[in-house]
Amino acid sequence: MLSRTAENLFWMARYLERAESTARLITMGQRMAVLPGSAYRDEWRSVLRVTDSESFVQPGAPITEEDIARILLLDPENPASIQACLVRARANGRSVRIRLTQEMWEALNMSWRRFEGLSAAEACQELPALIDWVKTRASVFRGAAETGMMRHAGHAFMSIGGALERAQMTLRLLDVKYFVLLPETDVVGGGRDHYQWTSVLHALSGIRAYHHVYGGAYSPAHISDFLMVNRAFPRSVAYCVDQMRWHLERLAEEHGVHADCHETVDEIFELLLEGRDGAIFQRGLHESVQQCLKMTNQLALEIAESYHF
Amino acid sequence: MNRSFTRGAMSFFEMHDQEGAIRSCYADVKRWIDETGIAGLHRRLEEAEAIFRRIGITFAVYGEGGDPERLIPFDLLPRVFSRLEWERLDRGIRQRAQALNAFLFDVYHRGEILRAGLIPQDLVYQNPAFRPEMIGFDPPGRVYSHIVGIDIVRTGPTAFEVLEDNCRTPSGVSYMLENREIMTRMFPGLFAKGMVTPVDNYPALLLQTLKEVAPPACKGDPVVVLLTPGSLNSAYYEHSFLADLMGIELVEPVDLFVENDRVWMKTTAGPRAVDVIYRRIDDDYLDPLVFRPDSLLGVPGLFHAYRAGGVTLCSAPGAGIADDKAIYVYVPEMIRFYLGEEPILANIPTWQCGTETGLAHVLAHLPELVAKEVHGSGGYGMLIGPKASPEEIAAYAERIKANPGGFIAQPTLDLSTVPTLGEAGVVGRHADFRPFCLVGKQMRLVPGGLTRVALTEGSLVVNSSQGGGVKDTWVLRN
Repeated sequence: MLSRTAENLFWMARYLERAESTARLITMGQRMAVLPGSAYRDEWRSVLRVTDSESFVQPGAPITEEDIARILLLDPENPASIQACLVRARANGRSVRIRLTQEMWEALNMSWRRFEGLSAAEACQELPALIDWVKTRASVFRGAAETGMMRHAGHAFMSIGGALERAQMTLRLLDVKYFVLLPETDVVGGGRDHYQWTSVLHALSGIRAYHHVYGGAYSPAHISDFLMVNRAFPRSVAYCVDQMRWHLERLAEEHGVHADCHETVDEIFELLLEGRDGAIFQRGLHESVQQCLKMTNQLALEIAESYHF
Repeated sequence: MNRSFTRGAMSFFEMHDQEGAIRSCYADVKRWIDETGIAGLHRRLEEAEAIFRRIGITFAVYGEGGDPERLIPFDLLPRVFSRLEWERLDRGIRQRAQALNAFLFDVYHRGEILRAGLIPQDLVYQNPAFRPEMIGFDPPGRVYSHIVGIDIVRTGPTAFEVLEDNCRTPSGVSYMLENREIMTRMFPGLFAKGMVTPVDNYPALLLQTLKEVAPPACKGDPVVVLLTPGSLNSAYYEHSFLADLMGIELVEPVDLFVENDRVWMKTTAGPRAVDVIYRRIDDDYLDPLVFRPDSLLGVPGLFHAYRAGGVTLCSAPGAGIADDKAIYVYVPEMIRFYLGEEPILANIPTWQCGTETGLAHVLAHLPELVAKEVHGSGGYGMLIGPKASPEEIAAYAERIKANPGGFIAQPTLDLSTVPTLGEAGVVGRHADFRPFCLVGKQMRLVPGGLTRVALTEGSLVVNSSQGGGVKDTWVLRN
């Protein structure tokens, strides 16, 4: 397969996943911001911080939901905005049009114009509906890929891009929590802390799944265990790393070569394995999150290098 | 040629015969229109447009701003050719494609037709479309133009004339395929009787054609790729569509490099040799070492690999000399000279402003003529005399006087009209027709082509870049 094609597929999946990731971050910010007694602006500021979008607001100025709609939904100049991600996902998809099935292309092609001509105030009004719409578009695309796309190398590159971005999204969500976090304790503290933690689970559609694994009580240790090292929950970091390992192994077989990226993905896997049974929380959640982000960034660079992007 | 019609309302309407009765080849279409009703057809047209938009069949228009991915307008009513009409077109198209390739071989070798004095030497050798780099080189199979698109207009029940030839990289075949596809999808009943000859084997025939011209260096099954300038090109949709249907890689110049007189594409598993390049990129941008040193596009060394027999370029660089508007005038001579036959399809009478008599005639009759730039394309920079204001005509005359050799002029033709869906009913609109003739070791031609239609009443400009639309074209089995 052409290196450029692999690159486009990889980034198409990343951008689409990132659009959804931003959507989920907004949901979480919204939940956190409406909590009684919340330091309203901080929640939104932390959402901007983890998306690298802080430069789009004045330092110290109050941040409104409309600012968020403008910056994270509509602004084509902000690479984290949903609009920018959808446009880039489509541009990448368009350059490799022939590697996509008709259904995948149609799903991608229908997405990119939704936000055109929408003002921040209007977007703010329909925010929940727009967020839902983004998540649905991403699901439709994934569904079309799941049931229709040939399992050749292109599928592997796409899957790796998607899994990488999703792992990073979960890591970033945990980081938002870190930035607004009250002192970490073994038990979830007062009302606000409780809501913050459950907001993270809500944003990742993981509330029900969490209860199935850990029962009724919320504890930061369990929640971080669930989101970092649980290998069954599809939005956990460990699950995404499993996926990347599997697809990278397929590529290694097909190309007859193991490269740096294969070593790095194994290292991330080991790191998560060692963090089981609450160890990751004991070690320091923020540090673990930061380390994982760094290693996944390195992984992305090495994949590009190994396959001549 | 029937010139007794006056322009406009009296043009030959292809759906009716001279008595105003429905021509038999349109009987099925007529029945379908009556059954569906005009309101029903409009509803279905909206559905068709929604499908086109979703699939992403779009056409970018150069230099017009606005939506870069505008939808090309689609007209629901098919244009129909009877079997007899097609048989004649088929012979005429093949004849022309063969003569054009023979001409290309000749001008890049001994130039017999020039020595015979049938075409002025300067018109060829001084022409910017002539590529001296090609002199003396034998492309595989001696084919220069592998896909010949011939634009044909109709002026009467039996009068077909060639408007221009396209020997480089004619586009539009994806519309031929998609228009049929959408008609079949939406109106399966129309095709159930099997009266309409299919066109969907075009991609397979194209791939076969391209493989037939593999270079000497190719061993085994030829690796064919389609070379596109990239996704910002106006015809990108077509490029990806054709590559997809042929199951070949769609490459951009950055994906290719040359080493040891072979062309390689960069893949995730390292370099892979390429044998045949169906290039949808202009000569100028093929190879900066040979054609345009200032170009950032292109594959350095590509032309050298081509001449060394390491790769085949389709079409060959320099094939554009055959479809130059100044050369067009001589195609009937080419047919007589190389094939010893009379042209089956006529040319449109053309005055060359580069000649003294031509210039005098054109300047004297400009209000009645259609004047064009010799090197223009896409309907830009032309003057339609009867539609232009005296000021426009005067300004154009000055342009011609400044550079007579750069212009030709033709009479305003009574172009036929084809049934088209209007607001209140079926209306007649001017149309042209572009079939695509494939030339490899043998010639192949699918029964059909692209019908472009001027959607504005009375308009003669069918170019999609100027608001023209497209429609399905049927060739009936009998």
